[in-house]
Amino acid sequence: MITKRIIPCLDVKDSRVVKGVNFEGLNDVSSPVELAEYYSSNGADELVFYDITASFEQRALFTDILKQVAKTIFIPLTVGGGINELSDFERVLSCGADKVSVNSGAIRNPSLVYEAAKRYGDQCVVLSADIKRVNGTFHVFAKGGREDTGMEAIDWIHRCVESGAGEVVVNSIDTDGVKGGFDIEMLQAVLAAVKVPVIASGGAGKAEDFVTLFKSLPQISAGLAASVFHFGEVKIPELKKLLIKNQIPARII
Amino acid sequence: MVAIIDYGVGNLFSLKSSFEFLGESVIVTNDSKKISDSDRIILPGVGAFGDAAKKLNDSKMAELVLEQAKKGKPILGICLGMQLLFEKSFEYGQHSGLSLIPGSVRPLRDIVDPSLDIPHIGWNSLSFPKHCELFKYINEGDYVYFVHSFYGADCENYVTAYTDYSVKVTAAVAYDNVFGTQFHPEKSGNVGLKILKAFCEVRS
Repeated sequence: MITKRIIPCLDVKDSRVVKGVNFEGLNDVSSPVELAEYYSSNGADELVFYDITASFEQRALFTDILKQVAKTIFIPLTVGGGINELSDFERVLSCGADKVSVNSGAIRNPSLVYEAAKRYGDQCVVLSADIKRVNGTFHVFAKGGREDTGMEAIDWIHRCVESGAGEVVVNSIDTDGVKGGFDIEMLQAVLAAVKVPVIASGGAGKAEDFVTLFKSLPQISAGLAASVFHFGEVKIPELKKLLIKNQIPARII
Repeated sequence: MVAIIDYGVGNLFSLKSSFEFLGESVIVTNDSKKISDSDRIILPGVGAFGDAAKKLNDSKMAELVLEQAKKGKPILGICLGMQLLFEKSFEYGQHSGLSLIPGSVRPLRDIVDPSLDIPHIGWNSLSFPKHCELFKYINEGDYVYFVHSFYGADCENYVTAYTDYSVKVTAAVAYDNVFGTQFHPEKSGNVGLKILKAFCEVRS
């Protein structure tokens, strides 16, 4: 049976993972390579690397890091951040990324998803949408959640999936950072609109939040989080055991 | 030497890295001589069947793979590379494959529970209807990583592993020295590495 995926997300800047992390047994807690190995050997089903650098030089450093990670760990890697045109897909895919996550780039250039899916296949294109409630409707936000595009989110996601996005990451700005659980209502609305895998993001504060997510929405494919994993509040092996105890299929390694 | 055939389809970085990780010498190439000189061949692939089949033919790699298979060289097709081993595909029209393994490629949508997502993306477990040397280092129930919307059909006699996605779905096939996996061993953690290691030990 297909398992529910657990995906840690790492923000990388100047070749380091930002958001200080604290793990036993790791010498360099901000080394992307060491952290990737740590997560991989602890049962992460996939990793997302988010490039939060701004300059061209830093971008080259990021792709070097990506290469090092891809040479060491053999689980799927998704790269996001700074993906604005087809050449950005090429840049990260040639360094070992398996999937590329587009967010603001797709908002600025609506044909990006279509062009990328045509060239690299649907499975390669992950739409990442930052969504927030505005006057009772779901709006898509751009620029890391700072700018309201005014676009209705469910319609936007539906259009991107029609254009070839093979997976959708739904990041609820409303629940992000609150640690009170995933945004079940928002996720449900997205699940009703598309038939590709949907990944929940934003709001995980404890292992039980993942149980609630998968129990409330059996169609959700994966749960993504950053700080709860980095700070050790949720440990992936224990989380997987808890999922299995609750009859939620999970991969134990 | 493992030769990964480069015919302009897909991302070969991880595949190459996984053989390097195993300590095997490996090249990514479309040089006929190097491929002929290699001990074993990987046929990779992602994307659409029709496109890939055309590229394989146009680059003369199709002929070469057939010739090498006939000589008994171990060949492993991965994902779309596995699908290309079959006789034909019904992905957006009808296309001919290499016909190294009897069978066809059909849409998952036609057989799986309509409530399930397509593509079938994620970690799913294997069951073995018969013995296959590729799996000598792993166990039934081990998880591997899948990403696909089409599947190997009409090939029951050659299936060496199934996975369960509301119905039994072809996960791996073999016919003499020709092997195929629908899943990505190079993305399946230690389990995947053990499968690639076993492939490197297949005698020609």
